[in-house]
Amino acid sequence: MNTSEFGDAEETKDDLVQEPLPAGTVAPDFLLYATPDQQLSLRELKGNPVILTFYPADWSSVCGDQLTLYNQLLPTFREYGATLLGISVDSAWCHQAFAKDRNFHFSLLADFEPKGAVARRYGAYDSHLGVCKRALFVIDKKGLITWSYISPMAINPGADGILDALDALANAPQCTPTKN
Amino acid sequence: MATLKVPVSANDHRQGSAHAKVTLVEFGDYECPYCGLAYWVVKNLQQRFRNDLLFVFRNFPLTTAHPHAMGAAVTAEYAGSRGLFWEAHDELYENQDRLGMPLFRAIALKHGLSSEELYVALQEGTYLAKIKSDFNGGVRSGVNGTPAFYIDGLRYDGVPEFAEMSQMIERSLVS
Repeated sequence: MNTSEFGDAEETKDDLVQEPLPAGTVAPDFLLYATPDQQLSLRELKGNPVILTFYPADWSSVCGDQLTLYNQLLPTFREYGATLLGISVDSAWCHQAFAKDRNFHFSLLADFEPKGAVARRYGAYDSHLGVCKRALFVIDKKGLITWSYISPMAINPGADGILDALDALANAPQCTPTKN
Repeated sequence: MATLKVPVSANDHRQGSAHAKVTLVEFGDYECPYCGLAYWVVKNLQQRFRNDLLFVFRNFPLTTAHPHAMGAAVTAEYAGSRGLFWEAHDELYENQDRLGMPLFRAIALKHGLSSEELYVALQEGTYLAKIKSDFNGGVRSGVNGTPAFYIDGLRYDGVPEFAEMSQMIERSLVS
């Protein structure tokens, strides 16, 4: 269902990265809470592909549908050796309740304080609404972004783009970094 | 725009005339409440367009959210293997609030099928390959939730309700 309580807000001009980091960029490292007392860094996952899904809010209808689909696809993502991480500005406690309610089996990371700091570095923050954009990144085993995509807030992007990117990763040589 | 990546074939559950001018494909989950509502919308569309519409149902069970979705899909596939897919499909949606083994068994028995064979199919995953194939084809086609509809191969992104879907089908009829 492509319905949402989020409209497409016009971005305000400030110093945050407006566009999603493109393919070939080194994925900025981060350290975020995955549970109320455990942190996870991107660098810990080096050696295998990572799928980052930034999303506006726990409990919202489109985000729930999108993450439920990805949760269902975890075995498929594992076939590529890929780890899925969800990121929003909700707190670790909120994530914990949401994940338990929806039976999610992947980590939801709290980009909570400073609010949206990681999303800003990825070009995945909506400063008007104060939430993450609906943004997808596929990162290769060396830590390079190989595919990124921003979906309109109200549109669930599905998983076909992710799978195409993972296919490309499995079949193609690694990208060359363009910046650090 | 998202398009259907796996063409409609003899492997699909099809309802309607083979000479229909428009094909409507649904990716559905028997436990999804929105699919339960869309079931009646499809019935009305079939009534409205009759021989002009070919309806195809593909499985898209979101089992981590819906614990009875796979059992229901297997029940329909088992019935389908005996030529009774649509009978089971309809009864599952019309009794969506009672999904579970007693209902699956009752559907089998009502149509003269073996509850033991159904039980074996559920235990041994007899139809999982077909269901998974439907699901994977859906994901590759951009299915982003259920129900997902494709009208002549193009994903329908509106609300699954009669007036809007009729309009889209009519547009396909004249194009």
